[in-house]
Amino acid sequence: MKSNLVNFELFNNEKYQLAQKPHFQICSSWLNNSARLSWQDYKAALFLIEKDKNEKSISFTKEQMDMTFDNKEATSNSADVYVAGVGVISAIGNNTVECLAAFESEKHGIGDITHMQTIHRNNLPVAEVKFTNNELSEMTGLPADISRTTLLGVLAAKEALNDAAIPGLASLRTGFISANTVGGMDKSEEFFIPFLADNKKGKLRNVFDHECGSVTEAIADQLGIKDYITTISTACSSSANSIFYGARLIKNGLLDVVVAGGADALTKFTLNGFNTLMILDKSFCKPFDENRQGLNLGEGAGYVVLVSEKVAKTLKNDPYCKLSGYNNSNDAYHQTASSPDGTGSYLAMKGALRKANLQPADISYINLHGTGTPNNDSAEGTAVKRLFDPHYPPLSSTKSFTGHTLGASGGIEAVFSALAVKHGLIYPNLRFETRMNEVPFSPETKFLKGKQIDHVMSNSFGFGGNCTSLIFSKI
Amino acid sequence: MKIYIRSSAAVSPQNTFENIEFLTEPAEYFGTRLSAIDPDYSKFIDAKAIRRMSHVIKMGVASAKACLNQGEVEMPGAIITGTAFGCLDDTVSFLNRMIEMEEEMLPPTAFIQSTHNTVAAQIALLLKCHNYNSTFVHKGVSFESALLDAVMLLNENEADNILVGGTEELTDASFTILTRLGLYKRWPVDNLSIFNTSSKGSIGGEGAVFFLLSNKENTDNLAEFKGVQTFYKPENIEEVERRIVLFLEQHNLTIEDIDLVITGKNGDLKNDAVYDQLNQSVFSNVSLANFKHLCGEYPTASSFGLWLAANIIKRGEVPAVTIEDEVNTDPPKKILIYNHYFNTYHSLMLLTAC
Repeated sequence: MKSNLVNFELFNNEKYQLAQKPHFQICSSWLNNSARLSWQDYKAALFLIEKDKNEKSISFTKEQMDMTFDNKEATSNSADVYVAGVGVISAIGNNTVECLAAFESEKHGIGDITHMQTIHRNNLPVAEVKFTNNELSEMTGLPADISRTTLLGVLAAKEALNDAAIPGLASLRTGFISANTVGGMDKSEEFFIPFLADNKKGKLRNVFDHECGSVTEAIADQLGIKDYITTISTACSSSANSIFYGARLIKNGLLDVVVAGGADALTKFTLNGFNTLMILDKSFCKPFDENRQGLNLGEGAGYVVLVSEKVAKTLKNDPYCKLSGYNNSNDAYHQTASSPDGTGSYLAMKGALRKANLQPADISYINLHGTGTPNNDSAEGTAVKRLFDPHYPPLSSTKSFTGHTLGASGGIEAVFSALAVKHGLIYPNLRFETRMNEVPFSPETKFLKGKQIDHVMSNSFGFGGNCTSLIFSKI
Repeated sequence: MKIYIRSSAAVSPQNTFENIEFLTEPAEYFGTRLSAIDPDYSKFIDAKAIRRMSHVIKMGVASAKACLNQGEVEMPGAIITGTAFGCLDDTVSFLNRMIEMEEEMLPPTAFIQSTHNTVAAQIALLLKCHNYNSTFVHKGVSFESALLDAVMLLNENEADNILVGGTEELTDASFTILTRLGLYKRWPVDNLSIFNTSSKGSIGGEGAVFFLLSNKENTDNLAEFKGVQTFYKPENIEEVERRIVLFLEQHNLTIEDIDLVITGKNGDLKNDAVYDQLNQSVFSNVSLANFKHLCGEYPTASSFGLWLAANIIKRGEVPAVTIEDEVNTDPPKKILIYNHYFNTYHSLMLLTAC
């Protein structure tokens, strides 16, 4: 019985039928007022009618009813949340295999601007995904004139969902929680040029998907996910927050499967915005180096597939890891700058450890936020020192490969973290030469494999003081 | 565990902010754009900061602070906002300048304040609040997503006194573009009679409405917040009906138990067809109220609906201007809010008397 076939006529009809059955006595308590037959009662009634037909006995519980009639799993709280699949596209590769190969060969993806028409070409290096919109359109089967963010998001999210290969996905309650910072801004930029000259002009199609939520909706429709969809935008910590909001939806028993992460394409808006803040390095960025000059912007998308304990047991392949800890704290210091002592970063890392019930010494590797700006790395470094001194785990910033992908960075780095746990990897921090004065540690500079990696901490800090840390743990 | 609305504050196109009157003299507009009535922001924000703030930041910060004052809470356990468009004025201003100046000599302020999390961040900054801070930006369910986050935080025992708000600003550019997209009526209308004009389009609105959610009983609590649910692209009206019945069922209620249903009718023919169909079926025997003629249509307008519901329960009266037909004269104890956004995003919220 498919639930959407139900209408009120049928409802009343069945109610009448039920009253004719001997089982009526049993459910009289639900029918104390026959005018008030509810959906739950209705399902019970249907069940009893079915039961009357054949003697197959099923225990009458709400869970059974929900499964039988809604063809969906019943509400159950999941203590742990597992990463069942990962998907990524970035300047160093169009999927997880290519990204891992780039790490191993220490090949970064930063270079001259080739896609955007901007005066900053040949001046400000960026980390572009190598495909043009037309190529991305061919790969996704979507129109080439939609936001590049959607195109990137579809590729990474589909990879993640295919990778997870969840049996019977259609019968599970599935959500899509995404993140981005500027929605369809690349198309809005096109719209506003003619609009600014004459506000009757500008192709409306180009501004229709301006909202952040539009990008998420378009990706969700491609994935066929309907049960719950939302978008988070907390600047550069956006997708770290979407991942742990997704995990909490599972823990609260609201969903069984969540595809979570984020996507952001390079836009002139963000490039010029960061340029006005004078935090873009004109050379390749040098995270956690004493002589760092700023960040390089990047683009891409990264998603993890989170599943409940119950779903994890049905997987053919072992999950990558658990999402064991998370915390969102606010620096409450300045709209764009981090506090000198990294209060927000410290609270986020400490809170994530507490949530995971771990000590600093338990962490095997930290995937730093490490943008390469003097301010971020100093604040983050100070916070790491405060929490981990004197025993520092290996740490590095993969932004030295991918650039800073803003709303996608938490998702992309969550994928790298999950892969680090599964394959025992530590990623190198490229171009590091001189240790920062304020901290007694240096980032890892070599690609290491075959390591015992039990817990990876992933940091994502953003404008507005939004600081989030996630911890991924071996199962 | 029970969740209560401890307090609420609304900057809106009506005199809702710190006002003892309860929509007794509704503000009347002739046109298709309703602008928020600005309170004296200097009572809440320092004069130097006000100058740099865009309208949505000022509305958001002032209503958040007023909400905390009313709830007698200094430091919220979390700050969560919902906004579909974010800081539009700063975004468009930076975009325009970038185009006009051909990417040269741009001042950073508009960019800095253009990020969607600016309102939540500014509240945290002013309060020096290091707690959980998030911003949901998902079209017509941005505010509902923020509410669900708050409900989960309370369930998880992670925080109490959670500040949740829905904010949106309507700027000259967005009003022009949304008019071209056909969201608003083509001719000026009287906002108080939009439900009598059967024509396409609604009227634009804006505002900032904040709530303080707590799991503690208190005689000053406005109402008990029973739950929120959203659903996406229902296949047909029957699915909408079924979802409504199911939602109530989850709270051991049927539609007959509901004293008042507040719907998101907005005067647009196509939009309101959904409500009209429901009024013939599930809502056929309940008292109905509307609110979008008062605040205008915008993606987080349901926050105004929730403000209205919480105040109706606390004050025990339904403002005449909101009544659809006729309303049972007993003070409503159970209120359902049903809203949809282009028949794509639907939301249900349930409030009861404490």
